[in-house]
Amino acid sequence: MTEAATPRMPDEVGVPDPFPYMHPIMKKNYGNWDWHDRPRPGVLHHVAKSGDEIWTVRAGTQRQMDVFTIRKLCDIGDEYADGHIRFTTRSNIEYMVDDEAKVAPLIEKLQAEGFPVGGTGASVSMVSHTQGWLHCDIPGTDASGVVKGLMDLLHDEFVQEKMPNRVRITTSCCQINCGGQGDIAVNVQYTKPPKINHDLVANVCERPAVVARCPVAAIRPAMVNGKPSLEVDEKKCVCCGACYPPCPPMQINGDDSTKIAIWVGGKHSNARSKPTFHKLAVANLPNNAPHWPEVKDVVGKIINAYKKDAKHWERMGEWIERIGWNRFFDMTGLAFTKHHLDTWTGARKTMNMSAHIHF
Amino acid sequence: MKDGDATKTVDGKDVHPTPHLDQLEDGPWPSFVTGLKRLRDEGTDSNRRIMNDLLGQLNHSYEKRLGFWKGGTVSVFGYGGGIIPRFSEVASQFPESKEFHTLRVMPPAGYHYDTEILRKFCDIWEEHGSGLIAFHGQSGDIMFQGTDTEGTQKAFDALNEIGFDLGGAGPALRTAMSCVGHARCEQSCYDEVRAHRTIINSLLDEMHRPSLPYKFKFKFSGCANDCVNAIHRADFAVIGTWRDEIKINQDEVKKHIDKVGRKYMIDTVVNMCPTRAISLNDDDTLEIDNPSCVRCMHCINVMTKALSPGDDRGISIMIGGKRSLKIGDLMGIMVVPFMKLETDEDFEKLEEFAENVVEFFADNALEHERVGETIDRIGLPAFLEALEIEPDPNMVNHPRTSCYVRTDDFDDEADKWFERKARDAGLQISAE
Repeated sequence: MTEAATPRMPDEVGVPDPFPYMHPIMKKNYGNWDWHDRPRPGVLHHVAKSGDEIWTVRAGTQRQMDVFTIRKLCDIGDEYADGHIRFTTRSNIEYMVDDEAKVAPLIEKLQAEGFPVGGTGASVSMVSHTQGWLHCDIPGTDASGVVKGLMDLLHDEFVQEKMPNRVRITTSCCQINCGGQGDIAVNVQYTKPPKINHDLVANVCERPAVVARCPVAAIRPAMVNGKPSLEVDEKKCVCCGACYPPCPPMQINGDDSTKIAIWVGGKHSNARSKPTFHKLAVANLPNNAPHWPEVKDVVGKIINAYKKDAKHWERMGEWIERIGWNRFFDMTGLAFTKHHLDTWTGARKTMNMSAHIHF
Repeated sequence: MKDGDATKTVDGKDVHPTPHLDQLEDGPWPSFVTGLKRLRDEGTDSNRRIMNDLLGQLNHSYEKRLGFWKGGTVSVFGYGGGIIPRFSEVASQFPESKEFHTLRVMPPAGYHYDTEILRKFCDIWEEHGSGLIAFHGQSGDIMFQGTDTEGTQKAFDALNEIGFDLGGAGPALRTAMSCVGHARCEQSCYDEVRAHRTIINSLLDEMHRPSLPYKFKFKFSGCANDCVNAIHRADFAVIGTWRDEIKINQDEVKKHIDKVGRKYMIDTVVNMCPTRAISLNDDDTLEIDNPSCVRCMHCINVMTKALSPGDDRGISIMIGGKRSLKIGDLMGIMVVPFMKLETDEDFEKLEEFAENVVEFFADNALEHERVGETIDRIGLPAFLEALEIEPDPNMVNHPRTSCYVRTDDFDDEADKWFERKARDAGLQISAE
């Protein structure tokens, strides 16, 4: 027995304690903050009950970061800030400083190094995104590429606060939708039932589990060419792709059949209205890498209509609720089709059961 | 250096041309492609080899509009989860990145770092992985992306030595998220760090040795602005709130009106209150009908100096949020409208409740069913009964509209309600 032969047992430390990494002013005033304001886009100013103040400068990152980028961000943090960093839920980086005089040079440095300063208040913040072709095992599209394209397009709206309220955009590379709900959600929408490789199903898939996974009971066991396999009732199939993760021989992706749908009006916050799910705006946009021009065009139209017409503090979904869906489709130039009428469980509750009509 | 330069090599091999990815290097937003190329061109020898083939495979995906990774089974010694294994389906063309596993690592609660720890991450991942790290994945993990099976163990050992632990993957307790909260936000209504660490660290076995029916997520937001998207995304959402009156600084109200004007203030604060609980008096003081206020946070968001949450703070707990698979999107349902969270006993009570919910999930959910789906299947009353929670009007938008229910024990249930009301009012009810 050598020592090298003994594997190291993990130290189950769990969630790390953040206090050793936290800015000293945040640590000192933990739970005792008084108010905040935003002196300019990308900057938060918090004042504690003790009178202590802290300034936060927020900047966009590419989320998928190489060690050179991370070290550059650390160098900036050491030279221009106080060495303490945090990230937001949307992968923006935040530097905290104890002196207002440090804010302007920090902003200047971040901008010079190509990190846009913004993402606060009524801006379009970073797109929350998934893994896509870079790392996922079931993706219909890329994530980082779509996000890069969208944020290039929306850069000006990130660095200023000129939207009616904050705009949260999400992307997802399959219909599981890891990206979550958004004011605008750019999500893969499959359009064809899975193509089944019957030679592989028996060896790769646990067939009863795959049958159970289907939300519309469209999959059943079958013998195909003398081999145990699965078959799909294509009239019932809703092309959701739920069978694909447990059974990769049921290929849901196709170079042409994987499309993009755009959804609007999702909201996490409880401010004013209750949280909402996003609703379908348009489907069947092409998965046109590397620039996704059709997607960018629609997102741009929606953003522009909202920016022009919504009242201050109205989120996307609240704006649409006020103006009505017919005006939303008119203003954005998008089509309203039978596919916008929900057919899933609870669909009836999404219908207008009143005489309230928008003209 | 742009691709297509035929003279360029990595470790004696030609650099893969990446014409599709090259187009994602222009524009004002930071480019992940430029970062990947920098690892290929300037990284350590192993980073360069991995990244050349990784870029080649990614460009291949852009060209074919298909993904080329498949899953598998990789773990570290002593744990059953926390690694996302990826094996390339086009390894013959791109052999150096044929294994490209991700370590999901739990960040400090609230995502606080200093530059020293971030540099240590870089050193470890440069040595044992590809040099590519994401801050953060949608579950809230730091994602150390791209290493082989051997590197997985080495990187974990090194990260574990400096106090970091793997997060969740598969049918298990997942990594949690908490907002900045108490550390910097005056709207925070409870100690998010303590709640987050208390619950997750008491349930670590469910994270590291996956044996639940499916995933289970906790998220912690300090107020109803819900900055970590808990209601949509967490099986167990903890949202800060308060039960006494909103605090008003009338001088600051007047200053706000002086600055923005009466009309704007009425349009953006008074008229946007979801329960019409706010009115502006003729002398520009603000009046709030607190029993009608639903703690939505809007007016406090607009008037950050004039208004703030009350002093009697605590949490609400909402159960069952999830995304589409299998029965469709669900938001969390209000299950505990209010609970104090200040003393050690309060935190013990929260921990016990969280453990009970997870235990209920483990015992009752079907395979691949989220707890929200279980509740849908069995009905909220059965869930409440199992967790010994009394029904509360705050759990519903409105009472049932369907008459299809058997009500012969209605009077017994009503008695429980009146007893509880009496108890809450501080009255002693005899056992009779």
